[in-house]
Amino acid sequence: MAAAEVLSKGRRPGLARLLLIAVALLFLGLFLVMPLLVVFVQALAKGIGAYLVAISDPLAWTAIRLTLYVAAIAVPCNLLFGVAAAWAIAKFEFRGKSTLITLIDLPFAVSPVIAGLVFVLLFGSHGWFGGYLRMHHIRVIFAVPGIVLATIFVTFPFIARELIPVMQAQGKDDEETARSLGASGWQTFWHVTLPNIRWGLMYGVLLCNARAMGEFGAVSVVSGHIRGLTNTMPLHVEILYNEYNYTAAFAVASLLALLALLTLAGKSFLEWRQPELKHAARQVRDRTRRVNT
Amino acid sequence: MFLKSASEQCPATVPATAQPKFQDTMATPVAAVELSKLNARRRPPRVLPGFGLTLGYTMVYLSLIVLIPLSAVFIRSQGLGWGHFWSVVTAPRVIASLRLSFGASLIAALINAIFGLIVAWVLVRYTFPSKRLVDAIVDLPFALPTAVAGIALTALYAPNGWLGIWLLSFGIKVAFTPLGIVVALTFIGLPFVVRTLQPVLEDLDREVEQAAATLGASAAQAFARVILPALWPAILTGFALSFARAVGEYGSVIFIAGNMPMKSEIAPLLIVTKLEQYDYAGATAIAVVMLVLSFALMLGINALQHWALSRHGGR
Repeated sequence: MAAAEVLSKGRRPGLARLLLIAVALLFLGLFLVMPLLVVFVQALAKGIGAYLVAISDPLAWTAIRLTLYVAAIAVPCNLLFGVAAAWAIAKFEFRGKSTLITLIDLPFAVSPVIAGLVFVLLFGSHGWFGGYLRMHHIRVIFAVPGIVLATIFVTFPFIARELIPVMQAQGKDDEETARSLGASGWQTFWHVTLPNIRWGLMYGVLLCNARAMGEFGAVSVVSGHIRGLTNTMPLHVEILYNEYNYTAAFAVASLLALLALLTLAGKSFLEWRQPELKHAARQVRDRTRRVNT
Repeated sequence: MFLKSASEQCPATVPATAQPKFQDTMATPVAAVELSKLNARRRPPRVLPGFGLTLGYTMVYLSLIVLIPLSAVFIRSQGLGWGHFWSVVTAPRVIASLRLSFGASLIAALINAIFGLIVAWVLVRYTFPSKRLVDAIVDLPFALPTAVAGIALTALYAPNGWLGIWLLSFGIKVAFTPLGIVVALTFIGLPFVVRTLQPVLEDLDREVEQAAATLGASAAQAFARVILPALWPAILTGFALSFARAVGEYGSVIFIAGNMPMKSEIAPLLIVTKLEQYDYAGATAIAVVMLVLSFALMLGINALQHWALSRHGGR
């Protein structure tokens, strides 16, 4: 603030500031707020009655149930992995650590459509394991297991990349003290490490869950869009929209938008509790610095 | 082999201290205790447990979920043969879709770099009402499912939408044209630039700016000569992250794009189309091209961050 005041002293005070604030707010309003608003306006365009009918549709409910089910498997899987990876990377020194971190981030560089494609190539009817799966009457592609796998793939790095910097910042003094006082490995983890990383853990779970429930591209490739069986909420939105059933599409979309708003609120709350969580970029920078030194 | 034969000579159940006569000879039996001491000399002892378990689990899970499935794409594309692969990826429709994906992503990333810088600047340097709310909403594209973003943007920019009707009066069509793709990609890429720039702006040493001001530099000069050079690595990183995300984006684009082959069909959509026609070879070939380009981009971003670190390593 002081610098801005010095800089604008003697010239039209605050004009540049007002202009920049106006441009920023206008841009955010146009690109972020209006799309969010339009979801709710369209959902309620035909009144609250039509809205309630749309979201109480049995097919909408099977989609909601499947979305919750998939997230309930994918998030714990990646949580377990995230904790294990962060423990190995933050508490120990070993060769190839920075390569491992890059590999963990790999799914972020892969198009969701390709994430779906890889599982079709593995488990689809013409895939590597296609014959074996057919013989044993196991369906992966165009079935729930494929949706779970694709979701795990796209949400793979979320928890690990939040936990690694948090655990690195904690260091290992607390754990070493606990060990020297006679605590077992598990006791150390449960009573020392876990309380230290709990906010970071929740942060990662929150972001991972938002993506898991909202994933579209990867899931769309492996799901086959079978109504009442393999339709998640985002896929259900697509089907309703393509049938020109806009009110219903936006009604289901409004539930996902509410989930997004809850995620943002939770994120803001966790950042308020633990300010270091903010700014993944700073963490990445600190992380690379630590890896390099 | 030596250790094994030594322990066969002298069973480990016998404490090493019980045989003092062997102690100084080469054939000292190595009991389990001695072995761990030997290891301890080579490496500092690990107080914390679980290294093998957690690293092992990490490697297995990473391989099963990410590395093996991804390698499947490359191995399957080998089966095509170079000639077939080349003819697939140089087909006019594929070239057009790749050009559109990368071109629209480039424009969107440029828009994000400019407006992301303004947003980050305003959020770090100025105070205004509801600033915390505005800061929180920047992450909306990370949290909002892409399909929802897609139908919302389409509803806004369609010829009868809130913005579309207004833009149409100027003769600008957004929805169902490549312009619509740029709008969707701008939406999903914005947080990358803002969130990369914010911490760098917060760390920026304001004394340098003040020095520039006292030496008679105008605000614009101070920005161009002092602030911007320090921000370049972060701007480029944010730009590259936003670009990389945009290239692979599918959900938010397909609703607004119109999806006309050769005109408004993005590369990820072409992969899906080929899959739906059971053209696995074609889908795999396009996927390989996209993966190689994305990985190159990712390595570029990493190099960029190292460069930024070496330039500003002091902080």
